[in-house]
Amino acid sequence: MNSLFKKILPLLALALLASASFARHDDASPKVIELKAKRFAFVPGEITLKKGEPVVLRLTTEDVTHGLYLKPLKIDATIEPGKTSDVNVTPQQTGKFVAICDHFCGAGHGNMHLVVNVVE
Amino acid sequence: MNRRKFLKITGTSFGIGALYQVLPVAANGQSHEFLNFLGKENGERPTPFSFVQLSDTHVGFNGPPDPLGTKAFEHAVDMVNGMANKPDLIIVTGDLVHDSEKPDEQAARMKLFREISSRLKTPMLKLVPGEHDAGLDGGQMFRENFGETSYSFDHRGVHFIALDNVSRAKPEVGPEGIAWLKKDLARFPKTAPIVVMTHRPLFDLKPEWEWFTSDGDDVMNVLAPYENVTVLYGHIHRDHEHEEGHVKHYAARSLIFGFPDPEKTPVDQKKPVAFDKENPFKNLGIRVVNEIPGKRSQPTSLEINDVELSLREYNGVVGIQQLLKDGDM
Repeated sequence: MNSLFKKILPLLALALLASASFARHDDASPKVIELKAKRFAFVPGEITLKKGEPVVLRLTTEDVTHGLYLKPLKIDATIEPGKTSDVNVTPQQTGKFVAICDHFCGAGHGNMHLVVNVVE
Repeated sequence: MNRRKFLKITGTSFGIGALYQVLPVAANGQSHEFLNFLGKENGERPTPFSFVQLSDTHVGFNGPPDPLGTKAFEHAVDMVNGMANKPDLIIVTGDLVHDSEKPDEQAARMKLFREISSRLKTPMLKLVPGEHDAGLDGGQMFRENFGETSYSFDHRGVHFIALDNVSRAKPEVGPEGIAWLKKDLARFPKTAPIVVMTHRPLFDLKPEWEWFTSDGDDVMNVLAPYENVTVLYGHIHRDHEHEEGHVKHYAARSLIFGFPDPEKTPVDQKKPVAFDKENPFKNLGIRVVNEIPGKRSQPTSLEINDVELSLREYNGVVGIQQLLKDGDM
């Protein structure tokens, strides 16, 4: 029994370490904000981010290909049907920004936008 | 006169008109030779002429805010046909039709555009696609109806370039388009008079309203060495002038509805200007571009006249000629 314990002890220790490491990584993971694109809106239509805080925008589309473009925050993504696009963002300036769909998606495309508020 | 000598003589900037301004050669009898040189280089010797720009006709659009459909477009056609000084050519800088998801309907709208534009009494009609014409199908139907989306031609010594920045669905020309532009310009001297016709602005006018071209800087880098470039575009449905380096950018009014001044409008409030029953053609209009012959002391230049379609013209009270007179054309 002692021998068996000695054999599995290192494995248990490794498992505990891995678990602890994973937990630490999980705590540090950026917040994920899910955004759905559909003609001719983003849902939600407005989000708030914190300056300097990394987030992941998880983008999907319910219909056709869309885009998400916001130059000041360096966002330039294509959102294709059946795929999930993750965009990492760490805002460096506060303010109210308007991101647009920059992949032409139909007659209402010109007004498809997402308001992004960045606060301290 | 070889190119090296020509460049040495002219030094830096001279525009369309500067072709004449630069003629110190005129004093020593070389103006003819100079113009012939440009003619040889550009394919044609520069001579004065005028042309008209229409834009954003959006055939098929059914308000709000504009319940007039194609009336403004049709009146613009009448106005152009009534001009005493006939333009050599007419260009339309995109969004000929308002897009329909149904291909048959889209085809019908393009057919209607063709019917109305065919009434223009002009020897040359040149079109550029907008995103409503070419954004959904990569420009396939535009090509079938009107030809290539990017192309160039020479007219009276001016090199015209139609530059597609819509059919990749995103607001961009794309690497192939930029490579084509470089190749197209390669045969021209840096002094060649160039007019670029495109749909979206080639600079960041208002990205939040999609008033930009994402690789516009790359396009401008290709154009930068050329000393006499004018960019005419549409998309923003209002007048706008912008100058950067040697390049002047002019936006045209639409023939369907206007957009407000982005500087005076909240960034998330992009909406067409409300329809005014008392003044149904307010904010709509056409542009007439005259190439004005220069003198030695005053260079030849492009004269831009924006003419708003008016209620008077709409009612036929005053008539086209009076309107043209009022429009200082």
